[in-house]
Amino acid sequence: MDETFLSVRDLHVEIPTRRGVVHPIDGVSFDLGEGETLGLVGESGCGKSMTLRAILGLLPRGARVTTGEILFRGRDLLSLSKSELRDVRGRSIGIIFQEPMTALNPVMPVGDQIAEGPVAHLGYPRQGGRERALDLMRQVGIPDPDRRFAAFPHELSGGMRQRVMIAIALSCEPDLILCDEPTTALDVTIQDQILKLLLQLQDSTGMGVIYVTHDLAVVAQMCRRVAVMYAAQIVETGPVESVFVEPTHPYTLGLLRAVPHFDKVKDVLDSIPGIPPELIDPPSGCRFRPRCRFAEEDCAAGAFPLIPLAGDHATACRHWTSCRDSVLADPVIAQNAIPSLDGLPSARRGE
Amino acid sequence: MTTDAPLLEVRDLKMHFPVQRPGFVSRLRGHTSDVLKAVDGVNLTIRRGEALGLVGESGCGKSTLGRCIVGLYQPTDGQVLFDGAPVRLGHGNDATTIRRAQIIFQDPYSSLNPRMTVRQTLMEAMRVHHIVSGDALDARCSELLDLVRLGQRVSHAYPRQLSGGQRQRVSIARALAVEPELLIADEPVSSLDVSVQATVLNLLAELREELGLTLLLIAHNMAVVRHVCERTMVMYLGRIIESAPTDELFTDPRHPYTRALLASVPRLIPGRRSPAPALTGDPPSPIRLPPGCRFNPRCPMAKDVCFQTEPDLEPGQPQVDRAVACHFGWTEPEGA
Repeated sequence: MDETFLSVRDLHVEIPTRRGVVHPIDGVSFDLGEGETLGLVGESGCGKSMTLRAILGLLPRGARVTTGEILFRGRDLLSLSKSELRDVRGRSIGIIFQEPMTALNPVMPVGDQIAEGPVAHLGYPRQGGRERALDLMRQVGIPDPDRRFAAFPHELSGGMRQRVMIAIALSCEPDLILCDEPTTALDVTIQDQILKLLLQLQDSTGMGVIYVTHDLAVVAQMCRRVAVMYAAQIVETGPVESVFVEPTHPYTLGLLRAVPHFDKVKDVLDSIPGIPPELIDPPSGCRFRPRCRFAEEDCAAGAFPLIPLAGDHATACRHWTSCRDSVLADPVIAQNAIPSLDGLPSARRGE
Repeated sequence: MTTDAPLLEVRDLKMHFPVQRPGFVSRLRGHTSDVLKAVDGVNLTIRRGEALGLVGESGCGKSTLGRCIVGLYQPTDGQVLFDGAPVRLGHGNDATTIRRAQIIFQDPYSSLNPRMTVRQTLMEAMRVHHIVSGDALDARCSELLDLVRLGQRVSHAYPRQLSGGQRQRVSIARALAVEPELLIADEPVSSLDVSVQATVLNLLAELREELGLTLLLIAHNMAVVRHVCERTMVMYLGRIIESAPTDELFTDPRHPYTRALLASVPRLIPGRRSPAPALTGDPPSPIRLPPGCRFNPRCPMAKDVCFQTEPDLEPGQPQVDRAVACHFGWTEPEGA
């Protein structure tokens, strides 16, 4: 196949409000290769979930795409009709939301919810749909699927509900799965189970995955590439190993230094001063400038496109060398702690 | 800063909630109502000036325990002692004991009164407890705002005008307004963004230093506890199953649940984990606990004895500052 699997090009979304027009996505571009995993990280309100919703054509009421393209296997999803889009959504793109309790239908047995997709999109007969659902339930590790088929969502634990969500997302054998904070609502031991299940499914099905999360560690475990978002824009992107070990944007560096590390105990955490800007009236020039330790005079004006660096890494910071120097002086993750790529599951390794 | 005298002692605390009373016919048949054992026999001591971490998954009873200590719940059984003197808990407890232990909650959006300004919120606490009066109130308010690194500008703001981090600082200021000796922080940063979490955690550390506060930090995030606390306790289904100095707990966990919990935490260092989950299954219902050790349905090393007797929290022989509630916490099971 010639064209890129998924390509988001210069996407702009606006929401008119009483106080002015908000731009929750302001010029976002990224590519995803076939079977690749991308992590989209950032703090609340940075536009990461909105980007996912734009790909699905599920923007909230009032929001609309002003310019940009979302090419999925060469087809612009933004130009499709509602029914064409529904078909793509059901068949080729699966979705896993954060809160399975609100995303599942509370008055429909979970088995029927899983069978719905195959019956509607793949032409399964009713009994065949049931078989398919039971099969999927087994695949995602739901014990005793025959009994659980008739269960309602409220009868299941949080981890089991998330497994049902995953089964629904997988039911039409999609090529792309979009995960919006799939484990944020779960306990750590259950999160561990779900993440490992997803890794194993990625490996066996070879589907492409986009993870939206605020948890950098989840991205480190799950993704090959990462894009860091700040105030509606992507500020840094590249392979996880390179972005987390040698961040080249002050915001990425700030995030990495602000998290309490499990393996490295510090006396004082380096916090990022200030709060993210309002998207109605973002600061001119670099949006991170008011909070940035490395800001210089020329950061106050102009555009800040991603600058390509070596090794598929790109940053929106003009002064990324100051960031690199700071990391050289005080590494975020010790170099010798990085295992060789051979130790990684194949979904996270490059081709 | 830490002294040996315990500031707080909790003795065999139990908090049982009745769930769903049986219907009329069931009651005639002699059925009694089910009981949810949220806290089921907890002993702990906190030394003055210490930061103690309490970790566990949702539903393990860690928040209920915190609420029992500050008197928001009337425990079913057990005692809470402040400086060696038992505290009357629940209804009709005296204002002074409430004052000595203050709690801050996870969600600064719902734990502040939306119709009171920051200043009114702080003053209410001080007025109720007669901390200061009249003219001194204003001075004390600005002092508190300084203490939590908030500008004087916010004193007339309503909660909705503040960011999450600022709101959490107001909650901390409100708790400090009555000059407590013990601060219980129940998931103080879990609803905040990463960059804001750091400022609140740093603030808690600084306040401990400045005011000599004793801290009980309740959290599910192991990294947060490791960053803040000297000693950590792990709770599972209403009981403390391991207690140790934080560093030792993280480097040499003795309870299989603690080990699994630590192994489950995703690390920032890319790719370092086994493909198998650290722990399978869900925690059992706290209403119908399994016989024997309550961890036995998920335990990878459970032996016969684990299904018969429930282990107590036993201190280690050489390590008296550690304790673990596992039959094989200090000895390997035979044939292992």
